[in-house]
Amino acid sequence: MKKKIVLHFSKAIWDKPIIYRLIKKFDLVVNIQKANVLPKQESFMVLELDGDNGVITKGLDFLIECGVRIDPIEQRIKRDEDRCTHCGACTAICPTGSLYIKDRSTMEVVFDSQLCSGCELCVPVCPPHAMEIHIY
Amino acid sequence: MGKYQVEKSIAEINEKIKSGKAVVVTAEEMVKIVKSEGEVKAAKKVDVVTTGTFGPMCSSGAIFNFGHSTPKIKASKVLMNDVPAYAGLAAVDVFLGVAESTFDDPLNKIYPGKFSYGGGHVIEDLVAGKEIELVTEAYGTDCYPHKGFKKSMRLEDFPYAMLTNPRNAYQNYNVGVNLGDKTIYTYMGVLRPKLQNANYSSAGVLAPLFNDPYFKTIGLGTRIFLGGGVGYVTWYGTQHNPKPVRGDKGVPSVPAGTLSVMGELKGMSPKYLVGLSLLGYGCSMAVGLGIPIPILNEEMAHHTSIADEEIIAQIVDYSEDYPQATGKVLGTTNYAALKSGTIVLDGKEIQTVPLSSFVKAREIAELLKGWIEKGDFLLTESQVLLPSEK
Repeated sequence: MKKKIVLHFSKAIWDKPIIYRLIKKFDLVVNIQKANVLPKQESFMVLELDGDNGVITKGLDFLIECGVRIDPIEQRIKRDEDRCTHCGACTAICPTGSLYIKDRSTMEVVFDSQLCSGCELCVPVCPPHAMEIHIY
Repeated sequence: MGKYQVEKSIAEINEKIKSGKAVVVTAEEMVKIVKSEGEVKAAKKVDVVTTGTFGPMCSSGAIFNFGHSTPKIKASKVLMNDVPAYAGLAAVDVFLGVAESTFDDPLNKIYPGKFSYGGGHVIEDLVAGKEIELVTEAYGTDCYPHKGFKKSMRLEDFPYAMLTNPRNAYQNYNVGVNLGDKTIYTYMGVLRPKLQNANYSSAGVLAPLFNDPYFKTIGLGTRIFLGGGVGYVTWYGTQHNPKPVRGDKGVPSVPAGTLSVMGELKGMSPKYLVGLSLLGYGCSMAVGLGIPIPILNEEMAHHTSIADEEIIAQIVDYSEDYPQATGKVLGTTNYAALKSGTIVLDGKEIQTVPLSSFVKAREIAELLKGWIEKGDFLLTESQVLLPSEK
């Protein structure tokens, strides 16, 4: 199965080869979708993990042991359902297809946060400002 | 016997509405009814067809009278939440346009500009019950000596607040594409290079002016759903084209008729007046608008039976042809194809992107239908019909 998470690295651990060890130790398929890792700064990474469910859980435990704070992506990327008008403007630019019109009879715009990479392109494009991304 | 097999007057329809016997359907439902029962039977059965649309309508705004201060003032410069309102009216009257940004917005200096807050946002905040800051400046006269003031106001504090939109409900619109090699930011949304997306903005089957293409019932004084409240058609709108190229059932295949509308802001809802920021273009407001079409005869049943696949729109390049006004049209498509998610132009499949919310358009048509069924909304007879030619 696939799981998407946001990792936060404190100033103390920004330079540790944590992702290398995660891959080596657990043999997980790791896909970095977004990252901002800078010397002695609070850093983050949007990561997609692919592998056996139990192994993913162990991998996450390992990350926590290393001092990494983990958030499920849906906690960091939200659509304000009251502000979304279902116009569809966002579907022009969403590169991962996480914002899309699923049912062509209702024309509702669906947001699937598991497909989202946190690129934030939709934030300024959404005319009524319905997209909130807090990855930092 | 008259010209038609079915003849109803608006007064008769209103009597039915009052007694709860009127048959009201949405323009979507009408397509199926006419298809299965024919125009004459449909006209006998249905009294009113409701329509709806919800999209960015830049030619919108509101006239406010903010009441007098003590001492009195003749305001010459007015800001509402930092958005300049036009004060070249009487002493305490202003017009706030939805496309106006805050006075200190960087606009497109940092390209593409975000246009975070503008007149449409002020209007939305007011109808949402929020407080806004009014700042006035004046040169002072003998009768109006005050030089300016700052004050927090809610919608109910304004003695007069009238949504006054000089151009709404465009009867058809272009489908925007980009033939160039860099992304462009337009009022038709973000257009990615080399025909990667085609953006359109119309409710199609539900759009008010597709359902009365010759303005046979819509005119001066037509009562409508506006911004969640009640409004009126006041005349034709700016850029109204009475004699466009027409396709099936008289529906224009180019941007054609427009409406000028107004309605009391008090009583409207932030669900149907939504401030918008169009990246790299400017501020705007999404306006929810719905018009009831009385089925006076089988001709109106014919017009309201228009379906998405019968409505043609032209595809226009916004990288060169539109800004340079070459008049070139790349091709045509229809709203059934646009709503399917892809269209084909010159053998290339292009993703389609709506800018007008069909979800909200449907909500509006249903709401208006409910109001009429309950007897809360009576139809008005247009006092003067708008210019329209075959």
